[in-house]
Amino acid sequence: MRKPSIGRRRFLKQAAVTGAAVVAAGGASAAASQEAPALARPAPPGVPALPRESDPAPAVEVLTTDRPGGDFMVDVLKTLDLEYVAANPGSSFRGLHESLINHGGNRAPEFITCCHEESSVALAHGYFKVAGKPMATLAHGTVGLQHAAMAIYNAYCDRVPVYVIAGNSIDATQRRPGVEWDHSVQDAAALVRDFCKWDDLPISLQHFAESAVRAYKIAMTPPTMPVLIVADGGLQEDPIAPDAALRIPKLTMAAPPQGDSGAVAETARLLVAVDNPVIIAGRLARTPAGMSRLVELAELLQAPVVDQGERMNFPSRHALNHSDRARELVGGADVILGLELTDFWGTVDAYRDQLHRTSRPITKSGAKLVSITAGDLFGKSNYQDQQRYPEVDIAMAADAEATLPSLIEAVKRNITPDRKRVFEERGRTLAASRQRLLERARSEATFAWEASPISTARLSAELWAQIKDSDWALVSPIDFVSRWPMRLWSFDKPYQYIGASGGAGVGYGAPAAVGAALAHRKYGRLVVSIQADGDLMYAPGVLWTAAHHRIPMLSVMHNNRAYHQEVMHIQRMANRHQRGVTTAGIGTTIENPNIDYAGLAKSLGVHAEGPITDPKELGGALKRALDVVKRGEPALVDVVTQPR
Amino acid sequence: MLKTTIVLGLTLAIGQSAAPAGDAKNGKKLFAADGCYQCHGYEAQGAVPTGPRLGPKPLAFTQFSKLVRQPIGQMPPYTTKSLPDKDLADIYAFLQSLPAPPAPDAIAILK
Repeated sequence: MRKPSIGRRRFLKQAAVTGAAVVAAGGASAAASQEAPALARPAPPGVPALPRESDPAPAVEVLTTDRPGGDFMVDVLKTLDLEYVAANPGSSFRGLHESLINHGGNRAPEFITCCHEESSVALAHGYFKVAGKPMATLAHGTVGLQHAAMAIYNAYCDRVPVYVIAGNSIDATQRRPGVEWDHSVQDAAALVRDFCKWDDLPISLQHFAESAVRAYKIAMTPPTMPVLIVADGGLQEDPIAPDAALRIPKLTMAAPPQGDSGAVAETARLLVAVDNPVIIAGRLARTPAGMSRLVELAELLQAPVVDQGERMNFPSRHALNHSDRARELVGGADVILGLELTDFWGTVDAYRDQLHRTSRPITKSGAKLVSITAGDLFGKSNYQDQQRYPEVDIAMAADAEATLPSLIEAVKRNITPDRKRVFEERGRTLAASRQRLLERARSEATFAWEASPISTARLSAELWAQIKDSDWALVSPIDFVSRWPMRLWSFDKPYQYIGASGGAGVGYGAPAAVGAALAHRKYGRLVVSIQADGDLMYAPGVLWTAAHHRIPMLSVMHNNRAYHQEVMHIQRMANRHQRGVTTAGIGTTIENPNIDYAGLAKSLGVHAEGPITDPKELGGALKRALDVVKRGEPALVDVVTQPR
Repeated sequence: MLKTTIVLGLTLAIGQSAAPAGDAKNGKKLFAADGCYQCHGYEAQGAVPTGPRLGPKPLAFTQFSKLVRQPIGQMPPYTTKSLPDKDLADIYAFLQSLPAPPAPDAIAILK
């Protein structure tokens, strides 16, 4: 590795830097941390040395600078349209931190204080899925990045570009003894390189400028993913040389890749020709245009859509939204169009988790599979999030949202009057089926309606009743509450749902919700989160972040008093071994004592109520909490619920 | 064909009426203690990602028992070693005892 050619904290014999303060050599008033320059003849102990006329002028130590390198770094970051930078503070980026809040005016980006680096990265993760642009995060040397690692992995799996800047001290001769060594590393990015799209260690300020701009461009080019820039402490803190000719390069965003024209044409032909096309959307909606484009395609074909819920892909009550019939549709499909599917194989195969694991395809013989995904353009192999290899008939290595316009036009060219009549009949059948699905959902919701613990259907219905007439958004995943919001509510705007963690790393939920709520704040939207109890306990300090930064959102606890997924896993093992079927709660439940989430939230500055165990009390509690949220503050209601 | 239908119908009828007597109150405790609630909910109301609704009006006991002992899907098996027949009978009685839910139209927030 090249040594950087920067000087660090040298004592200057001449005052070369504008406005440098000067301290007289020697004297009892010198601060303990400053090293006094050597005098020509040291005075006897206890006797101050008085200068004589013939003595040479004393060397002076320059202790300040008006232009630290961190200021230039902030100038660079300000060109990247970063609204916020989230961080738990750390000395390895103290220079950049101070430059952000003073030289940068703590604006664009504004510093969001977090109590854990996992929170700051996950906050940025949730923020992106609403704002459509990255948030920066700062991670402290080694230990901060270690904390942040899981959240970076989640963002990587979820294809979200978090912009991570890690502090470090690469010049060993300039490190303070002790802590600064523990927080220094030869290759900071090595820890997370397998789940970052790109990283760099700039060794000059100009290098930093070019890498910072390049990193943003790479992060935002599909498949979008986290990037990491290491900001060396010396670069941050050393003065900018007076003759430094620094410039910030222009950021030019890459146009997203579209599918090959031949493949698009063939796909359109297939979709129009068959009787049972099915469209399945994974992480399709990269921008608000994603939903409208999918609606246009589906309506052209009158084809059913399965929204796998990784983004807000398709209006939940649209007549063509048949997500609740996914298995049946896949089994009867002639053509399946997969748009940014995380797991195409798992979509078309059934897998059985028993003692002997087995799988079988659930598609019918002759069904054609078409995949459009940017995941085919870029991937890494160490972490296995790529899922099992799917055997498809057409694979387009392209961004699905960017490909939809050309696919729509190709479909239009293929539709004949005869096919249009077939589509219209199909549409009528699907609309009737959709209505039956809604009625079935309403009927299923009534079971355990009055139960305590409260059913997730009841919780979802009570919440919907309170928010449906507002400009609302749900910022939490829905699988653990049996998808009740998608089954009962009417989602019809692109910003109303943001999917889940990507990497299934627990602890994503609470900070991502805060980040998403932060993005919603300037639009005045009413933000709600159904918050899993186990997830909150990883880093509950993010509730303080919400309170401190006045981020309005309602957290409704899905308090099933367990890491419930793991309860079921242990149960599976016990049953398989024909023993201990009553002991699955050991090491998996969160009770005895029960955590007082309302008390916890209040201690962190959040209005809170609960625990609510009687469903009749739920509506009132939610309304009181939402009144607080509407005044611009976060609130929490602890609800003791059924497991799923 | 008619003879087959009659035989099948009788078999089903015998299956329903062959459900052993069970203690619903104990069955409710076992439903929780033995982990059934984890996938099916405390009221056996079911959950989309984990397990279907089991009651009220559960499957015929013969079919129910077979699916518990030798599940065909993702459900973990409950052999007689881990769930004796008497306990299964109590759980079945609990499922039979579950009340019918209210009609959706009777619930304002579900309209």
